Amino acid sequence: MSDELYGAAIKELAAREPAVLDGADASVSLDNPLCGDRVSLDVRLDGGRVTASGHRVKGCLLCKAAAALAEERAVGLEADGAAQLLDQVAGMLKKGAEPAFPALAAFLPVRPHKSRHDCVLLPFKALARAVKAS
Amino acid sequence: MSLTIREAFPALARPGFHYLDSAAMAQIPGLVSEAVTHHNRTARSNVRRGLHEMAQRADAAYDGARATVGRFLNAPAEEVVFTAGCTLALNMAAWGLGRNLGPGDEVAVSRLEHHSSCLPWMALARERGFALRWLPVTPDGRLDFADLGAMVTPRCKVVVATHASNVTGAVSDLPRLAEAARAVGALLVVDGAQMVPHGRVDPRALGADLYAFAGHKAYGPTGIGVLWGRAEVLDGMAPLVVGGGMVGTVGDDDFTWGEPPHRFEAGTPPVAQAVGLAAALEWMSGLDWQAVHQQEAALTWHLLDGLRSMEGVRIVGPLGLEARVPVVSFTVEGCHPHDLSHLLAGRGVAVRGGAHCARPLMSVLGLEEGTLRASLAPYTNRDDVDALLRGLAEAMKVLR
Repeated sequence: MSDELYGAAIKELAAREPAVLDGADASVSLDNPLCGDRVSLDVRLDGGRVTASGHRVKGCLLCKAAAALAEERAVGLEADGAAQLLDQVAGMLKKGAEPAFPALAAFLPVRPHKSRHDCVLLPFKALARAVKAS
Repeated sequence: MSLTIREAFPALARPGFHYLDSAAMAQIPGLVSEAVTHHNRTARSNVRRGLHEMAQRADAAYDGARATVGRFLNAPAEEVVFTAGCTLALNMAAWGLGRNLGPGDEVAVSRLEHHSSCLPWMALARERGFALRWLPVTPDGRLDFADLGAMVTPRCKVVVATHASNVTGAVSDLPRLAEAARAVGALLVVDGAQMVPHGRVDPRALGADLYAFAGHKAYGPTGIGVLWGRAEVLDGMAPLVVGGGMVGTVGDDDFTWGEPPHRFEAGTPPVAQAVGLAAALEWMSGLDWQAVHQQEAALTWHLLDGLRSMEGVRIVGPLGLEARVPVVSFTVEGCHPHDLSHLLAGRGVAVRGGAHCARPLMSVLGLEEGTLRASLAPYTNRDDVDALLRGLAEAMKVLR
């Protein structure tokens, strides 16, 4: 049974209204051509630190939840730190690492479902590219 | 003792497993798997090359497979080209007919097409400079013939259409398309991948000039497809792939092509897969298709009826049984198709969620997140459909 993927924490993240960011320093849109998910991640930086982020997502519940977490988590991080979120999420899903921060634990049930890893990773890939592009 | 249709499929013996993803890949009868194994044990050799005993057996098996496919399509064996799959067959059709087109020419492509059918023509249009015209669809996912005359103009050289949509299940009126194509001297290329699994097809009688289908959707092995073509059309086509086995003469500076069908089968062909496909089509030919169609229709209606009764469910495609195959797409308000298909998988129900490699159709129907698709086959039973309906109701509760 795969119901455990859709726990309260993930559903709460997915239900959050995405922030709309005007005047972003960088915006990156990424598609997952296999499943059709599309994420656009916007960031504003000041002195190398992410000061605001926003996103738009057309995708599954896991992708929406991950995008909300990426948007929230990025703010306040140095650009490199925001980019490293991708490694932290991938490490947890693909290499069995412990969640790097408490909110990421909501995605632990995704770990055994390899076909859904990209749903979670896509927003963090977009974030990494956005901060590198800014 | 003869097996029931379902009993012929070993993969379906697992209790609690409900396979409703046959439009992506049909299951394979045990006897087809055995035919492939038997071939590899007794006749594994290259074809049209060797003189030894195994080679002769391989030649006989491969030629026999071609003859079987020909009988299934009511066509001479010489009009049957074996390919590595339907995608390759459709690419061969496009590059074979389209490489000589250019500015001023047009190709009319139905908006129901799978990417394997429309992308080759989009790629060619970009390279050769001809215009692509999309044949529109009705809101219920059928080809819209209202302006067919305006869409298939005297500039049109090729009309491309699916025989049955892999999303909506709608069956295209091929004779009408063929008539429109003939009126302007155009050829009709048909993707039959979703139609062949539901009974014998006579592409020539339907007005097609080229007709492609896949083995793995027709209860055969993977890695095998067929491109059927009228002899005169194949004869005028250039091959997409060149290499051993397809040549006439070869010199230092030039070479000539061989005759069809070998012209289009460069390299070692998929011999064992062709033998498996032939076994699958023989198996299909032995079914009582009137009874199968009645069962498929009854189950499709049961599914449509069940979906209609569920709040927030929108059926994407024809709501009735006329001119359709048992492929049913739908959306559920507030629930993404991938989340639903994952939750259904956890309940033993195999369906497909997504765009089904049909973005041009999804765009025009406003379905950016795709659909959930249940596709039935002769082995589907009422338990499978009930498991889907029950699982869907549960999955919706989980997600809402």
